[in-house]
Amino acid sequence: MEVTVTINGDSHTHDVEPRTLLVHYIRDVVGLTGTNIGCDTSSCGACTIHVNGESVKSCTMLAAQADGQDLLTIEGLANGDVLHPMQESFRQCHALQCGYCTPGMVMAAVSLLDENPSPTEREVRIGLEGNLCRCTGYHNIVKAVLHCAEASS
Amino acid sequence: MIPAAFDYIRAGSAEEALAALAEHGDEAKLLAGGHSLLPLMKLRLATPAVLVDIGRLDDLSYINDAGDHLAIGALTRHRDVETSELVRSQAGLLAEATSHVGDPQVRHRGTIGGSIAHGDPASDLPSVMLAMRATLVARGPGGEREIAVDDFFTGFLETCLGDDELLTEIRLPKMPDATWGFQKFNRRAQDWAIVGVSAIVANGNSGVGLVNMDSTPVRAAGVEAALAGGASATDAAEAAAEGANPPSDLNAGPEYREHLARVLTRRALEAAGR
Repeated sequence: MEVTVTINGDSHTHDVEPRTLLVHYIRDVVGLTGTNIGCDTSSCGACTIHVNGESVKSCTMLAAQADGQDLLTIEGLANGDVLHPMQESFRQCHALQCGYCTPGMVMAAVSLLDENPSPTEREVRIGLEGNLCRCTGYHNIVKAVLHCAEASS
Repeated sequence: MIPAAFDYIRAGSAEEALAALAEHGDEAKLLAGGHSLLPLMKLRLATPAVLVDIGRLDDLSYINDAGDHLAIGALTRHRDVETSELVRSQAGLLAEATSHVGDPQVRHRGTIGGSIAHGDPASDLPSVMLAMRATLVARGPGGEREIAVDDFFTGFLETCLGDDELLTEIRLPKMPDATWGFQKFNRRAQDWAIVGVSAIVANGNSGVGLVNMDSTPVRAAGVEAALAGGASATDAAEAAAEGANPPSDLNAGPEYREHLARVLTRRALEAAGR
């Protein structure tokens, strides 16, 4: 079936099998490999992208369901060489170790602040419960989100 | 993990969805947000030949004040239920329980109707439906019918919905003055409840629904009867596991679940001011 999606502002049209998962479409068909596959069971959040401005786990959505929708992946967050404030906060606060969870963490965190621009630390921790960091580097990730919220206010 | 191959039909209306179901019968499954069905399909525990995508039926996404009850469209996303002022003021228990479903990403996609129609005894929302004595509205080839929640869940991942029926609306009595408690016990963030409890008290009547205490979502009828007889929260909660047949898995055996049901029911009732 034919699927047309907008990813990071660019329109893409491809013929895909109905069972194609969105994350496979983004990585293998479109070639944007910044979005990682972690657990593949909608637990870890590594594959988090935005669909119409909201965080979604792209391993638990069909490409067919995304037809006609507006997607944002980690590649679309920065403005040229200028990092998105959340990316900059992650850099400043050393909020990554191995980096595997980072694209999903950043996308989930951006969505979190869109919905709650001034969260408490507890709200950040609960708001990121859908994202796992196997390095257990949560402390600095939470710091980075709070830092970004403060810097943006 | 990739699902087995299937034919994909995107329904443009409820009528189109019903027509597809009529044509394909038990070969077809309805796809709403997909956050219950797609994980099962990826594990090949579900292999429908046809997926009927109803995710774009926006006319089934609404939260309305319908006089004595709230009418919630089956395709209303968890996020919209969780943040609705109407739900918070009239059915606070539902708003609270919904905020514990999965995680934010799951709640951006998952729907109230999908969660209930999936019939998973480990899901949070069926316990709310039982506690608040919801009425579920289904549409089929013969028209619309109303189903009392106590008749809805018939087996593990099974409901009384026919292969040719579509859950369209959830009706909950408006209970602005109710007090309630929701308890969910799990080991890790975003996990399914090992055991969960929804309890609500209004005008001297109570409703208590249990999560993951049997092969279907179940009502704690013994607790409700004890409360009606004037028992304290502590005493009534002792009846929480009566008649239940809790599952055994790597998280917990039946005895531990029975213990959890009693403790969590007491806490939920105490939160409800009993």
